[in-house]
Amino acid sequence: MTRVPGSSPRLRLLGLVAAGSLAVACGGGGPAAKPAKTVIQNKGSDTMVNVAQVWAEEYRKAAPDVEVEVSGGGSGVGLAALLKGAVDIANASRDIKPSEVEQASKNTGKQPVGFTVGFDALAVYVHKDNPLGEITLEQLSDLYAEGGKVARWSELGVKIPGVTDDTIVRVSRQSSSGTYEFFREHALGNKDFRLGSRDLSGSKEVVELVGSTLTAIGYSGMGYATPAVKMLKVAKAKGEPFVAPTVAAVHDKSYALARSLHVYTLGEPQGAVKAYIDWILSDAGQKVVEESGYVPLSPDQRAKR
Amino acid sequence: MSPDPSPPAATTVRPHRSAWAVQGERALEALVRLSGVSAIVFVAAIFFFVLREAAPVLVKDEFSLGQFLFSTEWYPTSASNVRYGTFALTVGTLSVTALAMVIAVPFGIGAAIYLSEFCAPRVRETLKITIELLSAIPSVVWGFIGLTVMSRLIVSTTGAPVGVNVLNGGIILALMSVPVIVSIGEDALKAVPDSYREAGLALGATRWQLVYRVLLPAARNGLLAAVLLGVGRAVGETMAVLMATGHAVHIPGSLLDSVRTLTANIAAELGEAPAGSDHYRVLFLTGTLLFLITFAVNLAADFFVRGIRRR
Repeated sequence: MTRVPGSSPRLRLLGLVAAGSLAVACGGGGPAAKPAKTVIQNKGSDTMVNVAQVWAEEYRKAAPDVEVEVSGGGSGVGLAALLKGAVDIANASRDIKPSEVEQASKNTGKQPVGFTVGFDALAVYVHKDNPLGEITLEQLSDLYAEGGKVARWSELGVKIPGVTDDTIVRVSRQSSSGTYEFFREHALGNKDFRLGSRDLSGSKEVVELVGSTLTAIGYSGMGYATPAVKMLKVAKAKGEPFVAPTVAAVHDKSYALARSLHVYTLGEPQGAVKAYIDWILSDAGQKVVEESGYVPLSPDQRAKR
Repeated sequence: MSPDPSPPAATTVRPHRSAWAVQGERALEALVRLSGVSAIVFVAAIFFFVLREAAPVLVKDEFSLGQFLFSTEWYPTSASNVRYGTFALTVGTLSVTALAMVIAVPFGIGAAIYLSEFCAPRVRETLKITIELLSAIPSVVWGFIGLTVMSRLIVSTTGAPVGVNVLNGGIILALMSVPVIVSIGEDALKAVPDSYREAGLALGATRWQLVYRVLLPAARNGLLAAVLLGVGRAVGETMAVLMATGHAVHIPGSLLDSVRTLTANIAAELGEAPAGSDHYRVLFLTGTLLFLITFAVNLAADFFVRGIRRR
């Protein structure tokens, strides 16, 4: 490397960077020419934050020169950050809204591109000592939606042992959560929630509260089940079969409360980001999805990509 | 920096100051004045910017101020019928604050009396440091205590179905406002001249009679100011109540009901409300409402503090 006499520190730095990239381009170079780590910013859905963190950790083994920084905040928060160009990949547990697509093209001139990376089945949780085993969407709506009449377990014909006041403790999510919107759309038919539910700020908190409260009912990702709670079988309507939240039931769409999990990028992904998403869609990435308690893509869905 | 070539001529001549020194002093004076006024500027600017974000929604047809203030229906993200009623949230804030004060005022004023009148000097120093430490605990830590320790305690002692409720939030807020009440209250009691105490004792009053009949009436204004500052702390607290009150939009019927406060609602929803949307602006309007409440409380406290100074 030629040295310009009396060159400023900045010029020298530029020279170093040029030398570094040259070394990378040549695929060789000494130990001093180690390339800097590529950092991928990843933000979004709280439902997906656990699986995204495991992805990031596992991917470090596959590609040591790429660092994926994962944070949560909610699907809307992640997409908003993507549209501002603050992150490379947004995780979303709902579809992107037309208004968000519009905002993206207005802000950056690029279209958001989405990839389905797995499925989440929302489970309806009750305390493990609650004798109730199954519920219809109609009953859920009576319980949760505005104007619904059900306020006590006895009205559902349920007698909880050792409880004198059987008022149902409804556990819900704060209105910014993708889980909240998903439940409103799929279980309540887009009717509003009845006020007075405990609106918690995380998927795990819902399961924890239900697990410690005999008279509670709540909804959360099925990956969050603990021994203290029980998942109810759900029927789409009265008279239809009750279906437990299982992998097979999510794939064949017989389970009513299932949704796709997406990652979004601005424009077609390039370079390191593309490699990362391809890895997520590979068998290795999908194994992480399964181990995190979610439902991976079926083999033919994987083949489509 | 200011060489003065002319030597002092005679002792009767006043010391000559260079233009530099005079200007420098003026500049310094202006700077000091500016920092004094800056507090007012900042408060006014904060109020202005919060209100400016909120203002466009005020003139919209579908927005009604009556609904905002007096309706209990808070549906900011409804798919069919959006409603912005903050009454349940205001009641939530007021109920938690009221409970906090019911707990904190006797403890706070009691501790202030003990520290100022009964306590040995060494114990006082230890206690004061501990109380100051109490006020240094971050509110998220208080919230965590509410969410875990206090919540379990409430469930096991009262049999309530859920431990995050008005009672939990009230106790946590009481613990947070006690240090404020103690330190201001102690100052107020200390400000009572010793001649009052001496006169009381000379008339044969017991120490309790002295406190009850002489000191409390004499320090009344300062103690009230201490309580109101405690109220201001409780009304404005966000993180701890977000975690400890259960976050349910609901007018509480008992101490064991969950509520949501104005502050917690802003903290939980502002991150997700798209900038410039009605929801976003209504949240800023909620901020303005909160600002007016705390402003009124602090102003009241200030008037009472002035009350003692004038004596």
